[in-house]
Amino acid sequence: MHVEVRGLDKKFGSFHAVKDVSFSIAAGRLIGLLGPSGGGKTSILRMLAGLEAPDAGDIVFHGKRVNDLPPQERGIGFVFQNYALFKHMTVADNIAFGLEVKKWSKSQIKDRVAELVELTGLSGFEKRLPHQLSGGQRQRVAFARALAPQPQLLLLDEPFAAIDAKIRHELRTWLREMIDRLGITSIFVTHDQDEAIEVADEIMIINQGRLEQKGSPWDIYQNPQTPFVAEFIGESTIVEQVSQLRGFEAAEAWPGTKGLIRPEYVEIGPPGEFRLLSATESGRVGRLHFRGSEWLVEVEVGGVRLATYRSLEKEVLKPGDEVRVLVHRAYLFNDNDSWIMENKLKEDSLYVQI
Amino acid sequence: MRKLWIALTFAVFALLLGAPLVRIAMGAWEEGWDGFAHGLTRPEALHALGLTGTIVVVVTAVNALFGVALSLYLVRAAWLGPRWRNLLNSIVDLPFAVSPVIGGLMIILLLGPETVVGGMLGSLGIQVVYALPGMIIATLFVTFPLIVREVMPVLQEIGSQQEEAAATLGARGWTIFRRVTWPSIRWSVVYGIVLTVARSLGEFGAVLVVSGNIMFRTQTATTLVYQDVENFNLTAANAVALVLAAGSAAILLIMEWAKARAAHH
Repeated sequence: MHVEVRGLDKKFGSFHAVKDVSFSIAAGRLIGLLGPSGGGKTSILRMLAGLEAPDAGDIVFHGKRVNDLPPQERGIGFVFQNYALFKHMTVADNIAFGLEVKKWSKSQIKDRVAELVELTGLSGFEKRLPHQLSGGQRQRVAFARALAPQPQLLLLDEPFAAIDAKIRHELRTWLREMIDRLGITSIFVTHDQDEAIEVADEIMIINQGRLEQKGSPWDIYQNPQTPFVAEFIGESTIVEQVSQLRGFEAAEAWPGTKGLIRPEYVEIGPPGEFRLLSATESGRVGRLHFRGSEWLVEVEVGGVRLATYRSLEKEVLKPGDEVRVLVHRAYLFNDNDSWIMENKLKEDSLYVQI
Repeated sequence: MRKLWIALTFAVFALLLGAPLVRIAMGAWEEGWDGFAHGLTRPEALHALGLTGTIVVVVTAVNALFGVALSLYLVRAAWLGPRWRNLLNSIVDLPFAVSPVIGGLMIILLLGPETVVGGMLGSLGIQVVYALPGMIIATLFVTFPLIVREVMPVLQEIGSQQEEAAATLGARGWTIFRRVTWPSIRWSVVYGIVLTVARSLGEFGAVLVVSGNIMFRTQTATTLVYQDVENFNLTAANAVALVLAAGSAAILLIMEWAKARAAHH
């Protein structure tokens, strides 16, 4: 189902939760609403579901305005953060609930429940009560229950927040595959970046009630459109005086502009590892942190302390080592504008071909 | 040392509860089985017990219905402003703060034959004060908070998410209540009903004031016991009191059973 939202606005008392949000979602896409807590993501989701009424704005499903429709009639499935399973009903009854309300025949219900139990890997658990299940199992029942009445839109409110890390990873993959297979338009809320990047086709960054940016994970990473997005996604260091760094002297032209440098923008190592040695400057290694799959290296360069990752395959550095540092690019921003500036020295204008 | 305290506690409760019960039973049988039977089957006793029964049934039914409804509104109605909600909350607790005698007096002042409403109803042939309606209203007032106070915390604790989930699955008001809300509050309502029955059985002060204690007309079992004691008709008093005490004991047992079921769920 194609979902369109125009000018959505919501206040809770004096707290302005959602400020003029507009977006459009193509049918069959899996969209992540990502942002810090209290930013308005869940409010947006609940308004899409009809559990809250917006103060202003239009919500359109498949070309039809649904603002006045109650949740019962919107053709949605909702998965809650704390599952909200019906405590006194078995797994099978939970899943069958939506179908019984729609007055499906007993045999149809039986078939559909069996299908979903199979799909969610809950075979053998049909007669159990929710309190006899683990967190992961409960969440899968919640999915099955939401999917049973064949909704056009699936809404998930931080579906993995209450689950431990290992299971979370498995469930994420499982969810992605399931939604791919069923082709349902889905929107999920999360504050976990890794989850959003891994699962979603597109991400919408929501901060303080506003939509900061909407795009594929790649777009958001490579081309952050606002300082908030640049800072929120991935790890980064803010640099006051970017012009101190070799290759970025041109930043002098814009006084008051700060720079944001991600670990992936920085490359360090002994001189032998570099092709464009002329673009590098000297730096000193600070502390090293082992991160399991790579080293996180702090390096002092041009009066600024930056952080970067270093592969385990390369020569191991020690604190105090002198190394060459190449800053590939920096995200610059001031009050009016923001853009990415490449290291000028990477275009080796003094390159002489003999 | 602990054993001493436990023994002491048992002794105190035996004295406070056990001894009077034993004494009532002994007193009821003082003139043998005949005395006991006469005390119970005399016309005024039968009428009084019947009236008590009627009041208990009506009050419990009305309070169960309105109590559950009010609990749902107080906890779930999003449109109710916080000021209104606090006010209603305090009003619910009012009968606990007010002496039942004052409650009875309040009804006389509001609905007595001299008042506007009382006069209006009187001209329609409905007498409120010194008649059954007044006694029912008095008992309603006194027992009103019991069910509400049992159901409200449970509703607050289970939260509205299950009900929201049911709504997203297409269920409407009555279906949601029947299939989602009721199974969660069922045992709390039972416990509240049991408390209401116990309280109405034993209500004395408010009913005494409102009813005028007119024998064969507005006399309940409790006010009959009061009258018997005043007239030194102790055997009969003990007989009726024993029936009431037996009723309370039975209710106590049901209460324990309902509590256990509520805790289990």
